[in-house]
Amino acid sequence: MGRTGKNYNRRLLAPAHGWQPAPNQGGLMELSEKHREYWRKNLVITAILLAIWFVATFIEGWYARELNAITLFGFPLGFYMSAQGSLIIYVVIIGIYARYMNRLDVEYGVHEEEEK
Amino acid sequence: MSQAAAFSQKAFNQQLKRYYSIYTGGFIGFILLLAILEQFGLPRKWIGLAFLFATIGLYALIGIVSRTVEVAEYYVAGRRVPAFFNGMATGADWMSAASFIGMAGTLYLSGFDGLSFVMGWTGGYVLVALFLAPYLRKFGQFTIPDFLGARYGGNIARTIGIISAIIASFVYVVAQIYGVGLITSRFTGLEFGLGVFVGLAGILVCSFLGGMRAVTWTQVAQYIILIIAYLTPVVWLGVKHTGIPLPQIAYGQTLQKVGELEKKINSDARELEVRKIFAERAAAANAALKDPQAAYAKGRAELEQNLAKLRAANAPADQIAAAEKALAAYPKDLEEAKKKWNAEKGLAARAAPVRAHAEPFPGKDEAARNTARLNFLGIVFCMMFGTAALPHILMRYYTTPSVREARVSVFWSLFFIFLLYFTAPCLAVLAKYEVYSNLVGSKFAELPGWAAAWAAVDPTLLNITDVNKDGIVQLAEIVIGGDLIVLMTPEVAGLPYVISGLVAAGGLAAALSTADGLLLTIANALSHDLYYKMIDPHASTKRRVSVSKALLLVVALVAAYTASLKPGHILFLVGAAFSIAASAFFPALVLGVFWKRANKYGAIAGMLVGLGVCLYYMAHTYPTFIQWFGTTPIAKWWGIEPISAGVFGLPAGLITIVIVSLLTPAPDKEVQELVEHVRYPHLRGDIVTEAT
Repeated sequence: MGRTGKNYNRRLLAPAHGWQPAPNQGGLMELSEKHREYWRKNLVITAILLAIWFVATFIEGWYARELNAITLFGFPLGFYMSAQGSLIIYVVIIGIYARYMNRLDVEYGVHEEEEK
Repeated sequence: MSQAAAFSQKAFNQQLKRYYSIYTGGFIGFILLLAILEQFGLPRKWIGLAFLFATIGLYALIGIVSRTVEVAEYYVAGRRVPAFFNGMATGADWMSAASFIGMAGTLYLSGFDGLSFVMGWTGGYVLVALFLAPYLRKFGQFTIPDFLGARYGGNIARTIGIISAIIASFVYVVAQIYGVGLITSRFTGLEFGLGVFVGLAGILVCSFLGGMRAVTWTQVAQYIILIIAYLTPVVWLGVKHTGIPLPQIAYGQTLQKVGELEKKINSDARELEVRKIFAERAAAANAALKDPQAAYAKGRAELEQNLAKLRAANAPADQIAAAEKALAAYPKDLEEAKKKWNAEKGLAARAAPVRAHAEPFPGKDEAARNTARLNFLGIVFCMMFGTAALPHILMRYYTTPSVREARVSVFWSLFFIFLLYFTAPCLAVLAKYEVYSNLVGSKFAELPGWAAAWAAVDPTLLNITDVNKDGIVQLAEIVIGGDLIVLMTPEVAGLPYVISGLVAAGGLAAALSTADGLLLTIANALSHDLYYKMIDPHASTKRRVSVSKALLLVVALVAAYTASLKPGHILFLVGAAFSIAASAFFPALVLGVFWKRANKYGAIAGMLVGLGVCLYYMAHTYPTFIQWFGTTPIAKWWGIEPISAGVFGLPAGLITIVIVSLLTPAPDKEVQELVEHVRYPHLRGDIVTEAT
């Protein structure tokens, strides 16, 4: 059984000392190749989503005048994106990240005990 | 144990849903009750007071029910706030009086360019989600300086963190308390200073008794009030204009109509006439200011001669009286005259044609437009990175039960914030249509009801003067204060006064919830980081909470006192807080997680350089600071405005951390282990950093 619920309630960190390993599990943290792969995947999804964020924010903003020549739902597109479109993209980005990472945790066995 | 915990968390979640559903229903019932009483003749002042005392009483009640002396409850609400509710609490924590009352007004007044705040204050959550929330949750202590102290070992990094957190939060909290004073005085007729202290009482009963736990559950309640208050009048107005109850999607056509009205107004002969009058008055003031002494004497002599001539010619009594009045109204001395001319000079702005609402980056030539674009992106940049570095927001992600919930919680946070922020641009356009189509062109004798009422109540919100004396309102004759847009919406939509009371309660909820979060951040930085971690690490838990409460009281009083002085430039200072937070915190926090090689020396140097560059730029480009500190003005770098100083501070800090870290030894194994630890939600043989 992964981490026990007890750890949540035990203060193990004395300010003057270093971090201590969790009890009953002995030894130091073990990072396997699988763990490194998990972190790499995290970096990849972070980079992809950040790129989308960058385009929806700064590229969109830079070309707002040009985008305004296009009309969408009766809005000039540049205005629409800054007032609503990019905001929706932000919400979706965060939703995708939460969903993807929460699944990746389980897949790589680094998930926390279910507490729902 | 874990099964019991799992059960209790689930049951807790269910219970919360039930309580808040009942609460929402009760609140709607309360509004309906007041609406019925209004029909029976309940005076307006009473409705305002009913909302004020009912909501503040409610927050106080939640505060009393959630009172606590336990450390983990006091600092992080026991770490069992479900994602959904933490999202609502973050929404209320985030959306301040400026968002609720000011945002739509800014958008009304500056059109597209105001959207930089809409984008910045939402897009920042992407950075929170990707770079900070899950990792801070895994780290799981109490404050942001906690993370800096642990990751960059020692008290120096922690101290810089404490100072930056306090600077950024204090400026912000003064603005909130100021907002509380304005709202209470406007809707209840209480005096501003008294309004500040009533609001302060509302803030204190909650955060003082129950710390983060009380603040969290109050913020959820406040979010529900503020979102109902914001959306109700807009949806109503939307139905009136677009025919469907989802105006946020349908206001494209209204925007087109506004565009047509703008063209019409810009070619209207009477509008041109008014603008010409303003241009002439501005030109005259400019001429007078060139040689004020001569102009002052000349102006006075002219009036005296005129009066003498009328008297000599035995003119009708009313003409003589008018001439006497004009002479009496003439500035008493040169200083007063100069002041008047300087004000008149500003009329040049009102002589300019109307700008198209949806046009990005207007300017007189291509260079001006490009500078406007850079500044737009600069504000977006600073607001986003500032969002992802403001301690009172990041702290909220310590309160979820798990890393998993923290990620989901950022999603709900932005979703709940989005509901207001995608409505504000819509409201601005609907209000503009109302003003351009109904107010403009109406007769002064028969103004629309809402306009007559607001112009009478507060001329800083709405001021209409018949400049060309034609008896008809021209757009150039109207001066609108940004706050009017949200305040006037219920009346424009033809809703009863009870909805205006609701809007005031919403504005109050927005200001109080943000103030709560900020006060707690400041008090915690002082009590937890400074007192407990640095001065007396052996303090008992009871003592730690008492110290925190005492400090909270002191900070709140100092902030309320500062707000009661009505400091100017408050909006600039709030914007500046974002640049400061972005420059000081963001690079150190993010590199702390994503770059193991980042070390103590790099972080200390980077935070100081980031903060230094940011403050240096502001101190040398913002006119008021130049006056205060006696600094020498410098030319703006690439025309970037001082509010966006973070554009320079953040990269400078980031580069400094990288360079200095590489020049000094790598952090020791313990720190590297800490970094591994925060990267994985759960590891076998993991260290434990969570504080309880």
